[in-house]
Amino acid sequence: MTLEIGSFLSIGLILGVVIVTAALLITVERRLLGFWQERLGPNRVGWFGSLQVVADMIKIFTKEDWIPPFADKFSFVIAPGIIMTVILLSFAVIPFAPNIGVIDSNIGVLFVLAMASLGAYSVMLGGLSSDNKYALLGSLRAAAQMVSYEVFMGISLLGVVALAGSFNMREIVESQVDGWYIIPQFVGFVIFLIAGVAESHRLPFDIPEAEQEICAGYHTEYSGMKFGMFFVAEYIGLVLISSLITVLFFGGWLGPALLPPILWFAIKAFAFIAFFILMRAAVPRPRYDQLMSYGWLFLLPLSLVNLLVTGVIILSMQ
Amino acid sequence: MIRLIADTLLSQVRTLWLVFLKLFKKKDTVEYPDQQPYMFPRWRGRIILSRDPDGEERCVACNLCAVACPVDCIALQKGEMEDGRWYPEFFRINFSRCIMCGFCEEACPTNAIQLTPDFEMAEYIRQDMVWEKEDLLINGTGKYHDYNFYRVAGKQIEGKDKGEALNEAPPVDVRSLLP
Repeated sequence: MTLEIGSFLSIGLILGVVIVTAALLITVERRLLGFWQERLGPNRVGWFGSLQVVADMIKIFTKEDWIPPFADKFSFVIAPGIIMTVILLSFAVIPFAPNIGVIDSNIGVLFVLAMASLGAYSVMLGGLSSDNKYALLGSLRAAAQMVSYEVFMGISLLGVVALAGSFNMREIVESQVDGWYIIPQFVGFVIFLIAGVAESHRLPFDIPEAEQEICAGYHTEYSGMKFGMFFVAEYIGLVLISSLITVLFFGGWLGPALLPPILWFAIKAFAFIAFFILMRAAVPRPRYDQLMSYGWLFLLPLSLVNLLVTGVIILSMQ
Repeated sequence: MIRLIADTLLSQVRTLWLVFLKLFKKKDTVEYPDQQPYMFPRWRGRIILSRDPDGEERCVACNLCAVACPVDCIALQKGEMEDGRWYPEFFRINFSRCIMCGFCEEACPTNAIQLTPDFEMAEYIRQDMVWEKEDLLINGTGKYHDYNFYRVAGKQIEGKDKGEALNEAPPVDVRSLLP
């Protein structure tokens, strides 16, 4: 078996590595959060706490998997499956290295955005079917937040698409040989970063699951492995957003030849994962109306202006 | 407006940078079982019953500690020796109730009951949290080394009459004051 795009080895490798990375992120995040709060974090299980994830996994697998009697059983059960599926599907179009990937799609960027939109169904169904006021509030917030932040998440990417002249992620990466798109598309990068945080509802934009206000938001009623799937899907979403930023703005696998391309990709992606964790440690959560007005009144016009200016510059360069 | 936006963004970036720098700071965590924390001498931990310098029990079973205790975790019964001293027949502290507030120590007139800096008292069986007098008594004077209640108190016991205690004036013969 050879390692090429679409081979079974490649698919299996991507699925395995992504899921294991997401699980390991639980430990990594707890350790890093600890360091940034002048604590040590979990360091007693295994070498420097590396087996903490195993302990967490055993705990979550052996917990009672309980469906509340008042919940709508069908949608309650499929909701965590949806988010897991769509987020893992998004990885199909991510180009990890020249020879690692699942499909070489001409609509890669659109596919990722479409999958992110489908993810909204999961949190909405999960919250609505729970028949719980906190879950309902959480899913209402999640729906509004994801729908509105998706708008300029897409628009902020159009600058990159215009520069590369393609929706194909591999071509986007290859067109960055002369220079990463972070320089011409800095505004687009910042907007995409913020929208990405909101899209994967991580802190500081974790308003759909804000513990202090509405328990755990849309997954208040979930337990056991169903909760675990929401939990792991959040971390996979984090990996996805970091990979997307790497691919679209930081030249994907490109880098000096002293390391293999896949390692360059991993290093860049991990830097962004660490940055997201740093954001969680440092930045407080905005109020809900602040989040919405910030999105619609500031980021949306900014991303439109960015797209307009990019288009003008591209046309005048021709 | 632009000023406000710029200030807000700069403030966020500064926050992120300052929090990032904490990665290199010394951590506040004390890794407890491996590394013992410094326990202050007046820490309110495990309760003991001390003895006076002669080796006798200090407790005179006055019940003030049991009265002062806000959670009623102290139980004791007064007994009397032949020489007139009072002592507790039993003295029982239920440490599963005790909140280590130290009120008993403050109430004690004879410095018998004292709190120590030890806090490692976890047990697997709840009944083991109830400590009897022989568990509580120590072979020492605790924090007050020279104090002996019966030597300074006016209480009459065998071998020490009224007025013979330290710093105590002899009893006044009221009849001699008559004209």
